[in-house]
Amino acid sequence: MQLAIAILLDGLSFASYLFIVSVGLTIVFGVMKILNVAHGSFYAWGAYLSAYLITLFSDMGYPNWFGFLLIPVATVVVGLVLSVIIERLVLRRMYHQDEVLIVLATFGLFLISEDLLLLVFGVNPYFAYQPMAALGNVRLGGISRDVYSMTLSALALIVAVACWWGLTRTRWGKLISVVIHDREIGLAMGLNVGMIYLAIFVIGAMLGALGGAYIAPTISVSPGFGIDVIVLSFAVVVIGGMGSIPGALIGAVMVGVLRAMAVHLMPELELFVVFAVMAIVLIVRPEGLFAPAKARTI
Amino acid sequence: MTARTLGKAIRTAALASAVAAAASMGGAAAAKNTIKVAIVTFLTGPAAGPFGVPGKNGAELMIDAINAGGLPGHSKGFGGATLDPVFADEAGGNSKQVAEYRNLVEKQNVDAVVGYISSGSCMATAPVAEELKKLTIVTICGTPSLFEDEPRSYVFRTQGSAVGDSIAAAHYVTQFMPDVTSYTGINQNYAFGQDSWKFFKQAMEQINPKAKASSNPQFPKIFSGQYGAEISTLSLDRAELVHSSFWDGDIEAFVLQALVRGFFDDKRFAAVVGDSAVDSLGAKFPDGVLIGTRSRSGILIRRDTTDPLNVWFIKAYKERYGAYPVGPSYQYAKAVHFLKLGLDKAAAAAGGFPTQAQMIEGLKGLSFNSVDGKTAMALGGGHQAIHDVGYGFTEFDKEKGEPAATNVKFYAAECINPPEGMLAEEWVDKGMPGAKCD
Amino acid sequence: MLDILKTDKTIRWAALAFLALALSGLVIDAWILNNLMFGLARGLAVLGLLVLWRTGLISFGHALYFGIGAYTVALLDTFAGVTDLVLRLGVAVAASAAIGFLLGFILRKYRGIFFAMLSLAFSMVLYGILVKIEALGSTDGFSVSATTIFGWKPETKFPLFCAIVATAVVAIVCVQFYLRTTLGHLTTAIRDNELRVEYLGYSVAKAIHIKYVISAALTGAAGAMLATALGQVDPDSMVNWTISGELVFITIMAGPGNVVAPFIGGIVFEFLRTYAFEWAPQAWQLIVGGALLAIIFFLPRGIWSIFEKLMARIKGSQG
Repeated sequence: MQLAIAILLDGLSFASYLFIVSVGLTIVFGVMKILNVAHGSFYAWGAYLSAYLITLFSDMGYPNWFGFLLIPVATVVVGLVLSVIIERLVLRRMYHQDEVLIVLATFGLFLISEDLLLLVFGVNPYFAYQPMAALGNVRLGGISRDVYSMTLSALALIVAVACWWGLTRTRWGKLISVVIHDREIGLAMGLNVGMIYLAIFVIGAMLGALGGAYIAPTISVSPGFGIDVIVLSFAVVVIGGMGSIPGALIGAVMVGVLRAMAVHLMPELELFVVFAVMAIVLIVRPEGLFAPAKARTI
Repeated sequence: MTARTLGKAIRTAALASAVAAAASMGGAAAAKNTIKVAIVTFLTGPAAGPFGVPGKNGAELMIDAINAGGLPGHSKGFGGATLDPVFADEAGGNSKQVAEYRNLVEKQNVDAVVGYISSGSCMATAPVAEELKKLTIVTICGTPSLFEDEPRSYVFRTQGSAVGDSIAAAHYVTQFMPDVTSYTGINQNYAFGQDSWKFFKQAMEQINPKAKASSNPQFPKIFSGQYGAEISTLSLDRAELVHSSFWDGDIEAFVLQALVRGFFDDKRFAAVVGDSAVDSLGAKFPDGVLIGTRSRSGILIRRDTTDPLNVWFIKAYKERYGAYPVGPSYQYAKAVHFLKLGLDKAAAAAGGFPTQAQMIEGLKGLSFNSVDGKTAMALGGGHQAIHDVGYGFTEFDKEKGEPAATNVKFYAAECINPPEGMLAEEWVDKGMPGAKCD
Repeated sequence: MLDILKTDKTIRWAALAFLALALSGLVIDAWILNNLMFGLARGLAVLGLLVLWRTGLISFGHALYFGIGAYTVALLDTFAGVTDLVLRLGVAVAASAAIGFLLGFILRKYRGIFFAMLSLAFSMVLYGILVKIEALGSTDGFSVSATTIFGWKPETKFPLFCAIVATAVVAIVCVQFYLRTTLGHLTTAIRDNELRVEYLGYSVAKAIHIKYVISAALTGAAGAMLATALGQVDPDSMVNWTISGELVFITIMAGPGNVVAPFIGGIVFEFLRTYAFEWAPQAWQLIVGGALLAIIFFLPRGIWSIFEKLMARIKGSQG
């Protein structure tokens, strides 16, 4: 019983983290049909900037909880600056190209970003534990857990609800659905599709940066830590169905819980299960478990 | 950045003065004024900050001191020559290291290679060193397999293997944590992590048979960074003691994540090579953690050392880099020092600058005192070092505002290493016959 | 099949160029020889990707076959003491072709991003297994002992170099031959319009399946050759997704124009890497990423298109 609770809680907190990181990826794919490898760069920059700011301000004597104000700052700054640069300089020139070629271009961007991070932030790891320390721990299911990781789940829920509401209940969301279903009709209706693309890309980037900025306090932010996140979020997005928000949620929960089960019961399978499930889902339901309604023209 | 520029300036000055000195001597018999040595360490990737850069600093400090004749009690130069370092990156996987090793030797024509932190890289490059017949001094790299799998003619290692660390840890746990009745572990899933756990468990079975090993030790992938589920598993385990050979950024990440969860209130923790984290986390690092530095170095000896080389190293390092040297700093400095001593000996015997074969003769079986105490090249046919290994408990020194260690105890090299010619695993299994412990 | 040697201009020139390359192995520095071996070995994998790319398929998981090839050599060496080059290469190619044949039944139904993602998933399954299992070397991988050729243990690297050059030539001839068969001619037709190919009475799925197996076998050969030339295998430099990305990068860099291009791409990549590590070890990925973007934007048909332009100019000036 204790074990089951532990697996569930570990799985859920990892799933929440995965969801926040992946949901931006899936939104961008859903609207723009771009599978963005550089999403890992938003994550990494978000984490670095947030960790940098938190350590900076706590060295200046600000209290531990102050970090919670810095996380959104890092999210917005990274999300806005990086996404606008990338969209305007690179992606804008590629919208007519093959999907896979765009993946490759974003891979190039990711590689560039990895070394830029190193040049800007240096090789020393950052430890921005202060916000995590501010919340302390509780005992649950016989073992102690940190409250911060649980707030991740709350944040994931907020993000999920906000995305769903934004896409289905607002005028903006409806315009976006038009573009998702048929870009040309959108253009014919006089929509500024370029603007919508940019907006979506900025939102996706901010979500990626938020994932990094929020997880930063719990890890050692050091060079190269964004590499594994990319494939994991690919797995999440593919399992749920590329472009589907509820899909990303289910995908994240599946990957999170399966991984936690593996760690507790059969550690050798930790990575294997994640990608085996990804492959099986692609084989059985190529569009993912929650494929978004398809209305693409041939 | 400033430290690096400063280092460069010092190096250039040292080089210039060495060249000037050689010129004023009329170039007598000086067939070789400089030797080009590759220094390999992590310059990128997650191990660069906590291990690679301190290691590079240690090497750089030692090289500049010897080139300039500033190492207390020592002559100037390496067998009379000035050392010209080429720094290379250890990150990127073993296959890359093999390709890079070939480039260093065959393209950049270095005279020797000094370096390698990870057991992965040293195991991968050692066969190539033998193939290319190039003198290679391994600085850290913990796995005993390096010299047990096959004899090496061109490879030396100035750091004791994980066997000594693990046996010493078992002794220390038995002596200072007598109430421990069961233990588990979290180690990285590669040669060093696997060996550390294997030998710790094996030594515990011999020394402290009443303590039982857990059936579910954890082996996460190196550099994975997030240990939420692993910490839960360890918490659910009944074992009181958790053994870990985590190093690089992983140890810091683990300690921070575990700390917030109150892990250290419930469990005792043995970070056998975790000293870099004690310094980088400072007051945040929990007290009462078993901590090791793999030799007479770092936090264990910092407060009350009187050894002149040791004192010099700490002072010079702190002045130049603004921080205390950590384990890797000592280990890299020691390897460079070892190269100097061997070359000096070989040069004296040869009456001029030695050939590589003469260098290897000079290095083989050398016993010497360095920045971390006494080291003897006693195993692997004179190619593998043994030295004392000790542990202590962390205790933050509030008055000085810096970390410190209490209950420090060192175990003699002969107590924790197998005799020459015997496999470590076999030796421990037989109950460590002939071990000289106090 | 042999008369392709006489009739095909590409093959004739390639054979001559590769013969010259093999002979140059006698005089060049050891480090250049090494990098040429690595580059040619990687070129085999890129040729494999090229076969698929001509059909419009890009695999983001070819590190799977690269890894199978490399690990076959390493496991044969570690557990069975097999050092013979032909045996190593043969088993590695057979193993990758067999896995490729099995997975081909599934993958042949996929196109575009789904093909790329499913390939990625398969390759990461292998990565997940290798990294976590101690008996398979975990993140350390294995050292591979020096190769023998029919019981003969060469003193230098030159014979191995010749063997790699020969393998490359054989691969080029075979692929060129295949592309000239009816099945091969379907390659671009499938990319342009699958329905039309089906109406012509050919099975697209089958054609893609065959391509996939060829591609897997070539990439397996590449892994085996690289493992032998390098003397080391490990998951992060041979099976991780970044390696798949790297292979696709070289493919794009080389360009789809010609079967020789992959080898030029492989060699350029290897030298780019060597100099980047020497001059700017902290900016290696920056250089590769920048080169990738530059090629996508300014040289969409790869390095080979420079050759084509040069050739056209020479011909133009003659005429």
